[in-house]
Amino acid sequence: MLKDKNYQSVILGSTLIFLVILMTILTGGKLLQVDSLQAIAFQIPLLGVLTLAQMTPMLTGGIDLSIISTANLSGILAAMVLIHIPSVYGTLLAIMVGVATAMAVGILNGILIAFLYITPIIATLATMILIKGVALAITKGYIISGFPDSFSFISNGEILGIPMPFIIFIAFALFLSVILSKTTFGISVYMIGSNPTATAFSGLNNKKILFNVYLLSGFLAGIASLIMISRFNAAQAAYGESYLLLTVLACVLGGINPAGGFGKVSGLLVAVVVLQTVSIGFNLLRLSSHLTDALWGIILLVIVVINRAITGKWIGN
Amino acid sequence: MKRIISRQEAYLLLILITFAAFLTFMNPKFLTLENIFDMLRNNTFLGVVALGELVVLISGGIDVSFTAIATVAQYIMGVIISSYYLNSVLAAFLIPIPIGIALGAINAALIYYTRLHPVIITISNLNVFYGLLIFFTHGKWIYNFPPAFRNFAGIRVFTLVNDRGVPYGLSIFTLMWILLALLTWFILRYLTIGRKIYAVGGNIESARRVGFDIFRVQLFVYCYMGALAGIASFIQAELSQMIQPNAIVGHELDVLAAAILGGASIFGGSGSALGAVLGVLLIAIIKNGLILMKISAYWQQVFVGIVIAIAAGITAYQYQLRRKRSRRDAKG
Repeated sequence: MLKDKNYQSVILGSTLIFLVILMTILTGGKLLQVDSLQAIAFQIPLLGVLTLAQMTPMLTGGIDLSIISTANLSGILAAMVLIHIPSVYGTLLAIMVGVATAMAVGILNGILIAFLYITPIIATLATMILIKGVALAITKGYIISGFPDSFSFISNGEILGIPMPFIIFIAFALFLSVILSKTTFGISVYMIGSNPTATAFSGLNNKKILFNVYLLSGFLAGIASLIMISRFNAAQAAYGESYLLLTVLACVLGGINPAGGFGKVSGLLVAVVVLQTVSIGFNLLRLSSHLTDALWGIILLVIVVINRAITGKWIGN
Repeated sequence: MKRIISRQEAYLLLILITFAAFLTFMNPKFLTLENIFDMLRNNTFLGVVALGELVVLISGGIDVSFTAIATVAQYIMGVIISSYYLNSVLAAFLIPIPIGIALGAINAALIYYTRLHPVIITISNLNVFYGLLIFFTHGKWIYNFPPAFRNFAGIRVFTLVNDRGVPYGLSIFTLMWILLALLTWFILRYLTIGRKIYAVGGNIESARRVGFDIFRVQLFVYCYMGALAGIASFIQAELSQMIQPNAIVGHELDVLAAAILGGASIFGGSGSALGAVLGVLLIAIIKNGLILMKISAYWQQVFVGIVIAIAAGITAYQYQLRRKRSRRDAKG
């Protein structure tokens, strides 16, 4: 068992190193220049926080397909507040509205999954389309833009020379890491992922745990929405849809078992950094966005196939 | 087994009739043969792929890559018939099917080999198939089809004339949908593979221990989905008389909604062809109704989302009830 897990870390680690080396060679070394490294650091937080939002559901063996549309809807509502109240109070209110909206979607997902027993995939698929529909109906497909300076601090501000989005990302990564490893809730998340029946029989309230998992996922999607709208300085119903596959890819690459039960925030951080590096590499190579999407899919499939071939098992039996 | 129509299908039929009656009351145009034939024809693509999705769902899997499969199959067909000017509908019909089957086989092989949840595999393949197609074709449209291909779209099984003297009738594509529904029903009900699909969806571990070849069942369902995606893509190209690579992708959820509405359990092991047809009709009527009531197209998505949630909630509730009941029976 331990052996398998070691193998897995080796495979994932070497895949990640291989990808970075490959991209460095393909871009003729441009990837490691200051400009590119800055671009990587600038873009990591958005993918990072979205991946954090994806992580907890995947630890329970579920998935949250609605994180991107949730982030878009809460971004839109926050943007509307910002436009109408362009002051510091407006900014604070916008942040609260954005996070509250995302948590409301999290609650909806939680109810559907924990109390109505709908499979996470279908439940979050339904909320994904529903939320996107609401976002489209509100904006009619238009972009909302033009935020006050007090809000752009989230994307452009610095503390001690460290970009603000990066600080937010690290803060929430630590926050999630502590929750998962140090609290009863965190331990029970891993337990549900390994064996839900045993968890229920050991006296834990599965429904409550699952509900909180999706609430947490919604909350983190709300944080991601704030980073997203301040980075684009605009909000729209269909931003960042290709991030969905990327978050799943980052989780799988980061050693999170899609069947649930295993995975740490630290692995996820490494995966996010590497994926963002590769993504900047794709940009430097001027690959079309469709080819990029295809390549992400291929990378994910190749990794799961190699993993299966070497360890003989990936999940379950 | 003795019942011709299951309870879920009966409920669905009841809801369908209620909706139809309501819409007729709102707008008498709704319940005319012309509108019904139109609606049936316009929803053939949805109807055909929903049959494939149904079979996948019964086996306990899920496929969201079929829109990309249909797009690839349709595009290759379009390139072949327009560049060689193949003046044969049969050839055009037969090209996309093997392409769909091949792509479906890729899905099945990956799902069986990695044991990863089918949704992750098929989302990846959706990106791979579609991304590569757009990359190689640059998303160019195709519209110069040979005359046989153009004329085929106008064929009606029978023709009536409305009071303005315009002919209308049951489209040949609707007939294809009906025939494919019958085929699916026959496979699921009377062939060994059909019964195996239910068994694998009901409990994969028991099916394995009984000695079923799980891979063969998965290969069959994903290839069947691929084949139907191929046929549906032919129909879609015929109906619109042009091939736009971005026309189909994005309709995954309507199809899933229809299949789940029709009683296909997301837990696998249940569902029927009649249910899938009724599910598509209900979605079609809801959308048609929203248009007739002049509600913005953006809200349609919201409705479809709510409908999926409600339908999935009902099946999940029934599943829980059944589990509780069987546990009680085991104790008593």
